[in-house]
Order: sequence, then C-alpha cells, then structure tokens
Amino acid sequence: MASSISTFNSSNLLFISKEQTNPSSHFPSNIIKFASFPSKTTSNVSCSVTRDTSSVLPLEEHTKVENGSVLLQRPDSFGRFGKFGGKYVPETLMHALTELETSFHSLAGDEAFQKELAGILKDYVGRESPLYFAERLTEHYKRPNGEGPHIYLKREDLNHTGAHKINNAVAQALLAKILGKKRIIAETGAGQHGVATATVCARFGLECIIYMGAQDMERQALNVFRMRLLGAEVRPVHSGTATLKDATSEAIRDWVTNVETTHYILGSVAGPHPYPMMVREFHAVIGKETRKQALEKWGGKPDVLIACVGGGSNAMGLFHEFVDDSDVRLIGVEAAGFGLDSGKHAATLTKGEIGVLHGAMSYLLQDDDGQIVEPHSISAGLDYPGVGPEHSFLKDLGRAEYYSITDDEALEAFKRVSRLEGIIPALETSHALAYLEKICPTLPNGTKVVVNFSGRGDKDVHTAIKHLKL
Amino acid sequence: MAIALKSFCFLHLKKPETDFPVGFSSKKATIISVKRYTSMSASAIRTSGAVSISETFKKLKKQGKVALIPYITAGDPDLSTTAEALKVLDSCGSDIIELGVPYSDPLADGPVIQAASTRSLARGTNFDSIISMLKGVVPELCTPIALFTYYNPILKRGTEKFMSIVRDTGVHGLVVPDVPLEETEILRTEAKKKGIELVLLTTPTTPEYRMKAIVDGAEGFVYLVSSLGVTGTRASISGRVQALLQEIKESTTKPVAVGFGISTAEQVKQVAGWGADGVIVGSAMVKLLGEAKTPEEGLKELENFTLSLRSALD
Repeated sequence: MASSISTFNSSNLLFISKEQTNPSSHFPSNIIKFASFPSKTTSNVSCSVTRDTSSVLPLEEHTKVENGSVLLQRPDSFGRFGKFGGKYVPETLMHALTELETSFHSLAGDEAFQKELAGILKDYVGRESPLYFAERLTEHYKRPNGEGPHIYLKREDLNHTGAHKINNAVAQALLAKILGKKRIIAETGAGQHGVATATVCARFGLECIIYMGAQDMERQALNVFRMRLLGAEVRPVHSGTATLKDATSEAIRDWVTNVETTHYILGSVAGPHPYPMMVREFHAVIGKETRKQALEKWGGKPDVLIACVGGGSNAMGLFHEFVDDSDVRLIGVEAAGFGLDSGKHAATLTKGEIGVLHGAMSYLLQDDDGQIVEPHSISAGLDYPGVGPEHSFLKDLGRAEYYSITDDEALEAFKRVSRLEGIIPALETSHALAYLEKICPTLPNGTKVVVNFSGRGDKDVHTAIKHLKL
Repeated sequence: MAIALKSFCFLHLKKPETDFPVGFSSKKATIISVKRYTSMSASAIRTSGAVSISETFKKLKKQGKVALIPYITAGDPDLSTTAEALKVLDSCGSDIIELGVPYSDPLADGPVIQAASTRSLARGTNFDSIISMLKGVVPELCTPIALFTYYNPILKRGTEKFMSIVRDTGVHGLVVPDVPLEETEILRTEAKKKGIELVLLTTPTTPEYRMKAIVDGAEGFVYLVSSLGVTGTRASISGRVQALLQEIKESTTKPVAVGFGISTAEQVKQVAGWGADGVIVGSAMVKLLGEAKTPEEGLKELENFTLSLRSALD
C-alpha cells in the first residue's frame, strides 16, 4: 500500500498559548528582519539586526491569532527556534548552508523528488513501519485493579539497517545527488548513522567517508566492519576525547575544506541551520505514519509519546507531527549514565547550560571554563554532550518534558522487553522503554502510549554481555 | 658569543597599579640576539603602550610596510612559555600578535592547532589563567594583541563581562571564527564599548554581497581566509587570494590581512606582493613552540623564524 503521506513539507508553524512563553531570558538573542519564511537565498544581508533580550520569541516572526495564542515558526528564517539554533560555523560554510537550504525548500515542492523518495522509503527502507500493540508490556504495566495504559511500539527497528537513521540518510543522499556532490561525509557515534550513510552511498554510488572517534571504534567494532564492507572509508578521530563530539568536529572541518565537492550528511537534528530542520523533516514520516496508524487502530491520537534523546532525531521525527496537538504529551528520555550526580552522564537538557556547539545554540554539557565535556552513556548513540536546538526550545517552552535514565535502568529495560515481547531493543531505545517503569503507574486507564522503538539491539549484544549475567 | 641581552620596550604605563620598573628582566635569562627590529620610530623610547590595531595599520601604511601577524596558542607548552613567546614575537618584528584561547572543539583549526589546544587544556590552562598571564605580560609589550577564541567561552561568561575582562588586560582586538556575520552585531556592540576591535573573516566561498557586509562591519582589519579549509600549513597559497584581495580592496579602505596556511618566508613575501596589508602566520609558529624539545629551544626557533619572516617583508 503506497503511502499517501507526502514525505516532507517546509512550512512549520507552532501554536503556543501565551502562558507558555518564557519571559525570562538572560541570554542575548539576535533577530534578523528577513523576508517571510522560507527565506530566499539572495536575501539582502545588509538588513538590520536587532537584539531583543526581553523575550524568548523573535518578535517579528510571529503573529497573534484570535484566541490569544501565538503562531511561531519552527525554525524562523535564520534557523532559530526561539533563541536556540542558528548557524555558528566558520564563514567558509555559510554559502554551502544557504545553498543546502534553498535546495531543500525547492525539493519540498518537487513532486518528482517526493515520489522518488517515497518509493525508496517503501521499497528499500521498508516503510511503513508498523505501530505494534505490545500486549505483554501492557500487561506488565497493569495495576492490581486491572487498569493501566496501552503500550504501542513504533517499529523503526524494522527499517533497513535496523534503526530510524536511514530515513534521513536516504533523503540526504538523494539531495546530495541533486546538488551534484559526489563525495559524502558523516560523523557517527555508535555507528548506526555511519552504517546508514554507508548503506545509502552504496545504494547511490557515492564516495563515502565516515568520521568516528577512536574510542567509539573500539566499542562498536562490528559497525566499523559493516561500514567498510559497505564500501565506506572509516577515519578514526584521535583529537579531543576521541568520541562522537570530536568526530562531529572533524566532519565539520572536512566539510569546511571540501565544501565544493562534498555533502555532509549530519546524523541528527543538531548542527547549523538548515540541518535541524532538514533532518527533522526527513524523519517526520515517523510521526505522520503514527497519526494515521493510531486513527486506524483506535480511532484517536496517541496520548503520550516517548522517545530517547541523544541528538534528538528519532524524537523529533515522532514528535514533530504532534507538536501542535497540545493534548499529546511529548516525553524525551536522555542518558543519565552513572547517575545525574556522578558527572558521568549525557543528560544535556537536565544538567546542561546554554552554549554553542557544532554550529547551533542549544543546551550542552560544559565545564566552568566553557569547554565541552565528554559525556558518558552505556549507549554510544546517546553519548553526545549537546542536543538538537529544537528540543532545547520545546523544553524551555514547556511543550515537551525531558527525563533521564541510568545505564543500569536501560540495561534492565533491554532485558525486560526482550523477554516480554521478543524484541531486543537498541540500548538507546532501552532508555525510552525504561521510562515506562516510571510513568505508567501515573497514567490513567487506557492512556495510549507510543514509544518510538528507534532501533534494534543486535549491535549491542557485546556490550550487554559484559553487563548482564544471563 | 654575542652578548646576551634581553630587549624590550621602555614604556610609560597607563595603569599605575601595574608598575614595572624600567629595565625589568624576567627570571628566565632568555638569550635573544641584540639585533632588535622596531617597526616604529628608531628611538627605543615609546610614550605609550601598544596602540590599537587600526592605528597600527595606519602607521604601517604610512611607512609602506606590511604587517607581520603571528598566532600562537596560549598555554602550549605552558603559560609561562607563552608569556616569553609573546615577548619574543614583540621584539622580533611582529606588528600584531594573535593569541589563541584553547578550546575543546576548535572547528576552524587543523591538526597542529588542535593538538596545541589539547595539550594546553590537558595542562590545566583555562581562561582565567590566560587572563592572569596577559595581565603580567601585556604591559611589557609594544605590539597590540588580538585574542582568537571560539564563541562558547564568550557566551559562558556573558559577552559584556567577557569584554570587560579582556579589556582589563590591555588586549586590543578579538577574532571569533564561529560567529556568523548576522550575529556579530552583539559582539561588536559590547566590544566597541570597551575599545576592543572585532575582526571579521571573509573566505573564498563568501559571495560578493556578503563580503561587502563583512568588510563593512569589520574593525581593526579584514581577515581574508586564504583557502577552503581549516588552519594548517599548506604547500602553496592559492592564486585566488590575489583576486580576492583586489575584490575586497575595491569595497573598502580597511586593511586586509591574509591568514590560514601561510608558513614560509616565501609565502609571506608572495602574499605581501599580492597586495595584502598584513600576513598572518599561525600553525607554523605553533608547531615550532609545541614540538620543540624544550621551551627554551622552542623560543629560540620562534625568534629565528619570526626574524626571517620579518626580513622577507622588508
């Protein structure tokens, strides 16, 4: 059955009620008075820049509507979500970013592109992914009186390559081809995005270079092999802490150097504009399918959406469709590692401060000196000291809630779901699943909960073996 | 053996509380050759400390000279060597000195400066210790200093506070490579209040209309990045630089300095010949200091190198 859902669109408006706006902002925010969104690339740069410290919202880019709520563009024409986002990169990249944005917007209206992408998502990636009623998990969360929420799993693990990452990789590879770029670079932490990128490069015949932290290469050796098998060159990054953040920095440096021939397939909703928007749009199919499937299955919407958050791509993919549905709760789950007070975690939204990392203003884990710290999580995919700027925005707005789960809790969920449903979740996904333990007791009977099952756990068995005595 | 003399400028200091007696000599007896170049008047006595960056360029223009602008990373191999290195650069013909604040994720830097930053941070260098060091050494320098830092450390402290702290050290300029043009307004406003000049960068990929906006907003000088890429020595400097220089100079009378990749006397001469008002040499300097067997050896090599670049420009 061909999906009739258009793959992505480029207009994004958010209704928020006045009470949700956060009046306190000690942080400077700059607003450009550009033409209306989407921006035209030949926009006049000599427009004035105004600074508004009194509100989080860019004043020029929202309009009031009758009931007092405010229409807000996500992002605005400079790639800001409130004060978050932006393009904090060396000047060398600015032109490439503008070019990327223009192409992206023109493709939004390009039927041929949309059709080709939809075809690939269906026949190559295997979409639509099922929305699966987890009967035994639901049973597990039933209270003594028989009441409890209904748990559904959005099966992104069933996609080709075993995670949601491929949605974005496939679309960006197509985009790169249209841009005439023959060389693809990407960063990877766990290797899932690297594998997805290597996969699409093989599929489209593109040169592929993956940057991976030397430390990460050791703990995800299987994925390194996969990438090489798929024809990619995996380059170890030894600088800094030799993990995902350093691989990302190195990928950005490569892009700065090779910008004319190379497209950078960024793996999450982080990085400079237009990436957070683009990657979200490419993953938004997750949420769109979920809405349709929920309607089919129970004639309504989900009540609660839960997803793990590293950079935030699978979460934004699920959430985006429902951000304007104020009756749908959005819950993101980050990695608390050894515990929030241990100093060894990746709970950016809980413990981070606002700063600039890899091109975007967002919450990030930094020390007193403003240096980016190395995070820790048992799951490499959540082991990122930053987070997508849109998540920072949704958090500050109070639209989404963010919690965290420790390594141990994630491992328990890893085991629990394997046993209760016969599905081995990725360790990243296990964080979202672990949160069910905390939230289900509080949910009214019949609450429809959808957990984004972002990936399968085959890649994690080596890690699990070290920790689980079975 | 040549008589070893520590050479320095005689200064009337602006701040009475940082009163160094004339003829101050450091604990380390750094052996520096007597041959001392001065880019200012022949007289060794100056009545004020370093002047601003734009003033420096104005003076150089009158003399028909091209500015030599070395860059070093603070704290590599250690901060006291950095202090000595600043003095060496100052006395060996630098016209402006760029000092890099080490950062955990330097997007615009290649392996040499990355490694220097990592080493420096591993030693415990932080912003406060760099400021301390600067407060101690800037009064002894005649050459204006521009701090090269990424944006996050500025944000961490708050832009206004950051500018105050920096101004208190006597630093004259600021280069922030990861702030886009559209957001430099806030930096520039705060910098201006404290008399700090915010240098802006333009690159070979910058379209003309954008380059014009950049040169419009730049203070001190316009930083022309010589090539696509990050910092790091290059075998040759692209001929595109010459065309870019011309293009920029058609849009502004502000001085234009070229940086990234310039690492030899020949390249310095070449770029100066193309019309640059200043030439920035970074990784080559950082490499000498950071990879030397001992700090003293590094400083010696730095001195020789700087002198060779100076004579290439003269």
